[in-house]
Amino acid sequence: MSRPAMTRTQIEERFFGVARWIVIAFLAAITIVPFYYMLLLSLKSIDALLLDPGSLWVSAKDFTLDTYRDVMKSTDDGGQGFMKLLVNSALVSLGTVALTLLAAVPGAYAISRLKFFGGRQVSALFLAVYMFPATLLAVPLFVMFAKLGLSSSLAGLAIVYVAQTVPVSIYMLKNYLVTVPYSIEEAAALDGCSRLQTVRKVILPLATPSLMATGLYVFMIAWNEFLFALLFLAADPDKWTVSLGLAQLANGIEVSKTVLMAGSVVLTIPVVLLFFAAERLLTEGLTSGADKS
Amino acid sequence: MSATQSGTTTHRPTPPEPGAPDPAPESGQSGQSGQSGRSGRSGRSGRKAPLTASRRENRAGLAFVTPTFLVVLVVVVLPILWTVVLAFQDAKLVDIQDMGLFGNWTLGNFQDVLGSAGFWSSLGTTLTYTIGSTAGSVLLGLVAALALRKPFRGRGLLRGSMLLPYVAPVVAVAFVWEVALSPQFGIVNEWGRTLFGWDEPIAFLSTRSYEVGLFGVHFDVPLALLTVIAFEVWRYFPFAFLFILARLQAVPDTLEEAAKVDGASPTQRFRHIMLPQLLPVLALLSVLRFIMTFNKFDDVYLLTGGGSGTDVAAVRVYDFLTARYDVGAASAQALVLAVVLMVLLGLYFKFFGKKVQEEA
Repeated sequence: MSRPAMTRTQIEERFFGVARWIVIAFLAAITIVPFYYMLLLSLKSIDALLLDPGSLWVSAKDFTLDTYRDVMKSTDDGGQGFMKLLVNSALVSLGTVALTLLAAVPGAYAISRLKFFGGRQVSALFLAVYMFPATLLAVPLFVMFAKLGLSSSLAGLAIVYVAQTVPVSIYMLKNYLVTVPYSIEEAAALDGCSRLQTVRKVILPLATPSLMATGLYVFMIAWNEFLFALLFLAADPDKWTVSLGLAQLANGIEVSKTVLMAGSVVLTIPVVLLFFAAERLLTEGLTSGADKS
Repeated sequence: MSATQSGTTTHRPTPPEPGAPDPAPESGQSGQSGQSGRSGRSGRSGRKAPLTASRRENRAGLAFVTPTFLVVLVVVVLPILWTVVLAFQDAKLVDIQDMGLFGNWTLGNFQDVLGSAGFWSSLGTTLTYTIGSTAGSVLLGLVAALALRKPFRGRGLLRGSMLLPYVAPVVAVAFVWEVALSPQFGIVNEWGRTLFGWDEPIAFLSTRSYEVGLFGVHFDVPLALLTVIAFEVWRYFPFAFLFILARLQAVPDTLEEAAKVDGASPTQRFRHIMLPQLLPVLALLSVLRFIMTFNKFDDVYLLTGGGSGTDVAAVRVYDFLTARYDVGAASAQALVLAVVLMVLLGLYFKFFGKKVQEEA
C-alpha cells in the first residue's frame, strides 16, 4: 500500500532536488548576465565589440574608459553631457519623493488609524486610483501643462510623477501604519500630546522604515520613468533626465553602442546602489500585507 | 479580493485597552471601540472635552485625509475626468489654448479610433501581449519562489540580484536587450551561430513573423511580439517572485510536515497544501500585472517602437498625441482602452472573484 507512494515520493524528491538547482542556475544566469553584459560592453571600444561579438570578457588591450569620458563630458566639449542629466534626474526624483511623502502621509495615517465620515470610501478611492493607467493621465496632463506653460519644466514633471506615485505610497504606508499598536498613541495622548504632536513625535519616528521604503520606491519610479519625460521634455535637451537622454542618444546613429552601454551603466548604477543599500527595507515595505492576504 | 479587502479595512488590530486617551471619564469606553454612533456630548461637559472621542476622531480623520484627498483629486481624478471630456471633443493641440473646457462636442474621435486601420488587430496584439506577459511573469515568479524557498549558500545574494530586472531603469535594460539581440553585433545571434548552427542571424525585434520548421511542419511565429513578451516576463517576474515568496514563508511549516509524514509527494504537497494557500496572492498578482501590462507603453516603445506586429494600444495613444497632436483622438483611444480593461476586469471578478475568495 505505501510502497508505490514511497517510490513516487522518492522519484519526485530526487527530480525536484536536481531541478531546483537547474532553476536556480537559470535564474542567476538570466538576471545577472544581462547586467554583466551591459557593464562589459561599456568597457570596450566599438571595434573590439564588432570584432568578437560573442566574447564575454574584455582583454586588457581592449579595456577602455573612454566610453564613460564621452558620455559624461559636457556637450560643449563634444561629449554627451550626462553629468547635467544626472543632476536633472536627481532633482526631479528627490523632489518627487518629498512631494509624494508630504501628500501621502496624512491620508495614509487617516485611513489606517482613524474612523471618520467617508473613511471607507476615501480608502477605496485611493486604492482605485492606484489601478488607473498612466495612459489615461498622459493626455490631460500633457494638455494641461501645455496650457499652463509648465511643459519643459522639471517642476512640472515632478508634479506628474507625484500623480503616479501618491496612490502606491498611500497603500504602502497604510499597510505599515495599521501594524503600529494603538497603545503607543494612547500613551502619547495621555501625556498630553495633541493629535498632530502624536503623529510628528511618535508615529512618524516609528514609521521611519516604512517612510524610507516608500521614499525609495518612489525614487526608483521617478528615476526610471520614461513616458512622461519624453512627452514633456523632449523639445528641451537642457532639461532631459538620464532615461530620456539615453533614449534620445540611442536614436542618433553616430553614437557607438559601447558609449550607449556606458550611458546605461550610468543610468542604472544610482538606482541599483540604492536598492542594495536598502534591499531588505524595500522588499518588506512592498510586500507587507501580502502575507496577510 | 484581498486587495480591496485590505484596502478598506478599518478595524483596529489591537483590542480596546484600559488606558483611554479620553479625558472625559464617563465616556471613556465609547471612543475606544470606534463606534461612531454616540454623537451626544458627554454628560460632564463642564470639563475640557466638549466632544466625544469618536467625534474628535472624526474631525481629526477628516483633517488628516483632506490634503491627501485634494492632491489625489487634482493630479489624478480630475485629469482622468478631463480625458473623458476631451474624448468627446474636437480638440487639436493647436486650438486648445483658446478652447473652452466644454463645447465642440463630437463623436468623431471614436469614429477615428474605432474605424482606424489596425485598431482591432492592435487590440488583439495588446491582449496577447498582456496575457502572455502576465501568465509568464507570474509563473516564472512562482517557480523562482519555490526554488528559493529553502535556504542555501548565497540565497540572499541571488534573491537580491533577482530583483535587478525589476528595479533597473527600463531604458537601460531595453537597450541591453536591443544590443544583445542585434543581428549585427548581438551576443545571442553570435552564440546561436556558433553553438546551434543558425544559418543566418535572426532579427528578433524587427521580424513580424518567423517561419519555424519543427518535425517537418512549418509554421509562423510572431517573433517580435514573442520577444517583447519575453522581455516583459523577464522584467516583471521578480515582482511576482517577491510577493509569492513572502506568502510562501508565511505558510506554517507544520502543514507541510504533516503531509510529508503522511507520505505525500512533492507535487501532491504543492497541489493540495501550497497552492490553496497561494491562490489569493496569485490571483491578486495576475490582476495587478494584467492591469499594468495592458497599459504598458515604455517597454514596447523602446524595444520595437510599436512596429513588426507589436503595435499595442498604449503606443497608439502616444502616436495620436505626438504624431498628429490630436488630443481628442488620443483621449478617445485611452478611454476605449480603459473601458476594455474595465469590462475584462468585471468579467474576471464576476466569474473568478467569488471562487478565489471561497478558496482563500
